[in-house]
Amino acid sequence: MSSSVATPSSPQQDPPAPAAPTTTAARTAKRPGDVIFSGLSIGSGLLIFLTLALVFIFLLIRSWPAIQTSRELTGNADAVSLVQYVAPLVYGTVLAALLALLMAVPIAVGIALFISHFAPRSLATPLGFLIDLLAAVPSVVFGLWGGVWLVPRLEPLFFFLNEHLGWIPLFGGTVSAPMRNMASASVVLAVMILPIITAVTREIFLQTPRLQEEAALALGATRWETIKTVVLPFGRSGVVSASMLGLGRALGETMAVLMVLSPGETFSLRILQVGQHNTIAANIASHSAEATPDVMARLIFTGLVLFVFTFIINAIARAIVSRTTKS
Amino acid sequence: MTSTSAAPRDAGTPPRGGSHALMTGSGAAETRLPWWHLAMTAGIALVVSAVILLLLGVFSIPALVLLGYVLHLIIGYTYSRVREGRRWAMDRFVTLLVFGAFAVAMIPLFSLLWEVLSRGIHKLITPAPLQFWTTDMAGVIGGMDAGGISHAIVGTLLITLGATLISVPIGLFTSIFLVEYARYGWQKVLGRGITFLVDVMTGIPSIVAGLFGLALFITITKDPGIRIGFMGSVALSVLMIPTVVRSSEEMLRLVPMELREAAYGLGVPKWLTIVRVVLRTAIAGLTTAVTLAIARVIGETAPLLLTVGSVPMLNTNLFSGRMQTLPTFINSQYGAGNAVCNSDVMTNPISGIDYACSTSINFDRAWAAALTLIIIVMVLNIAARLVSYFFSPKLGR
Repeated sequence: MSSSVATPSSPQQDPPAPAAPTTTAARTAKRPGDVIFSGLSIGSGLLIFLTLALVFIFLLIRSWPAIQTSRELTGNADAVSLVQYVAPLVYGTVLAALLALLMAVPIAVGIALFISHFAPRSLATPLGFLIDLLAAVPSVVFGLWGGVWLVPRLEPLFFFLNEHLGWIPLFGGTVSAPMRNMASASVVLAVMILPIITAVTREIFLQTPRLQEEAALALGATRWETIKTVVLPFGRSGVVSASMLGLGRALGETMAVLMVLSPGETFSLRILQVGQHNTIAANIASHSAEATPDVMARLIFTGLVLFVFTFIINAIARAIVSRTTKS
Repeated sequence: MTSTSAAPRDAGTPPRGGSHALMTGSGAAETRLPWWHLAMTAGIALVVSAVILLLLGVFSIPALVLLGYVLHLIIGYTYSRVREGRRWAMDRFVTLLVFGAFAVAMIPLFSLLWEVLSRGIHKLITPAPLQFWTTDMAGVIGGMDAGGISHAIVGTLLITLGATLISVPIGLFTSIFLVEYARYGWQKVLGRGITFLVDVMTGIPSIVAGLFGLALFITITKDPGIRIGFMGSVALSVLMIPTVVRSSEEMLRLVPMELREAAYGLGVPKWLTIVRVVLRTAIAGLTTAVTLAIARVIGETAPLLLTVGSVPMLNTNLFSGRMQTLPTFINSQYGAGNAVCNSDVMTNPISGIDYACSTSINFDRAWAAALTLIIIVMVLNIAARLVSYFFSPKLGR
């Protein structure tokens, strides 16, 4: 294999001594192999830019009919109102993601602290591997597990919440047996975004300056006081960006919501009531199979909205991460 | 000064162990209780919660563990507060919370693995071992206790292979650019931009990648109903390229600079240095990176739902006709729900063979397919780690 790679370069395969003058000459003339190779490399790099641009452009092209015929632009009362179509979906998507985040972030920070500061050093790597294993499970299997195993097991908890804390709008409304509601979906989402938040937070926590930690311990601080005064302040921006990465994941996750949630399109806060919410991604997945071109254009428009949303959130999160890791 | 004797004993342990030694040393002024006090409070909490649950008549093991944990938070904190003081009580409280967080995360992992294994294994071994993997869904209707996923396995492998063939060259060359070329001037600026965009790209929702594949091919072919395997490959590669770039970039950065400099010093051209020295050194890591990237996208569902559709029979042509894949098969079987059985025996209209009727057959098939998918993903993950373990060059001495 390697010999076939080497053949084009045979002129340069001379013994080193006579090759030296040709090298200096070639520095000005550029070897064809180098030109091709660097061209390929730069080309692939530019392709990344191109791909992202193409995603945006093609989604825009395909959703253009929906934008053009929307009531907001034409003022025509018969036309489809794009805002009215998208708004409940955006609401459902954001609600699901925020609920998932609310559950996942404290647990993820706990796990990250456990792995970085509490678990014995020799156990830290295998325990981290267990969390990574959670990330390897395909989303459709999470959906299946959520729909079949988790939903019935959450029932008692949800009935309890509805009965005793029903005066809080979040837990109000009528609650009925198959708990295919927003709360169940966001529990599954929370499990799915746990690994990414844990991984990023753990990295940041492990970068805490050792000397500061040891200084705190030497002053007589307990382990918790060390974490509170040194590790958490140092890792605060890391936790924020990790949460935003998790938010990005939760916003775009399809299968968990599609397979667990029974959809609706209201602006309701009642997360225990069935048939109230839907998310952009799940809506696209459930309607795309039998969509007419008009409906498809609208679905693609919602996809464009989702893309722009997640792009901005991820960009901010990555900007924070790269700034903190550099300093 | 009671516990100072612990400090010298632990002095030789690595840094993290050393911090424990420092910590126990620092608590010398206050009373520190040995570990069995913790076990004692835990025992009390468990007994109390068992009594409460038995009195309420709702005793179950999960409830016992949950209530016992909550009670232990309170009892342990109070006990430690009285005996050890506020600061150490708080420390114990947080330690318990952190352990609890980890335990909570293990519930979904183990319950999921157990459910998939226990519910999926039945269909894989009956009526004959591996029959489920070698038959397809042609002519399978209603609650017929037949059918298999050979077409879905082949479809998944082909589409993922297509995605790999697109992503690996692009991803590898991009990471070569980032590591080998983006060192000065405009290339460095470009490299920074690419690194940033690749990071952002890892967060693209999979459904958006699917919509991109759909929009791209509809625009090119002017056929709004087009669903072919290659569309799925393109959509998956949007998700796969960033993971390939990031992980192979890491691997290439591990190659020591001295190796490159030695090659340059011998007059070897840059591209040949990259091919023969850098890639050769990093090949094990790169294999691992690619395998992990494959494992990541092989379970993607949403993009395939939009781009390749589904079909009950084997289709090995990536460029024509719909294909079945494992993830979409799981989704459609789950979505089909319980089957209706009007008679005990059902006949396959194609083969003419009689089969029994089962109402739960769709779920059985979904779980068995999920088990198959998880096996594939785990095999890929383990293979990747074995490759990196056995074949990576021993650089350090």
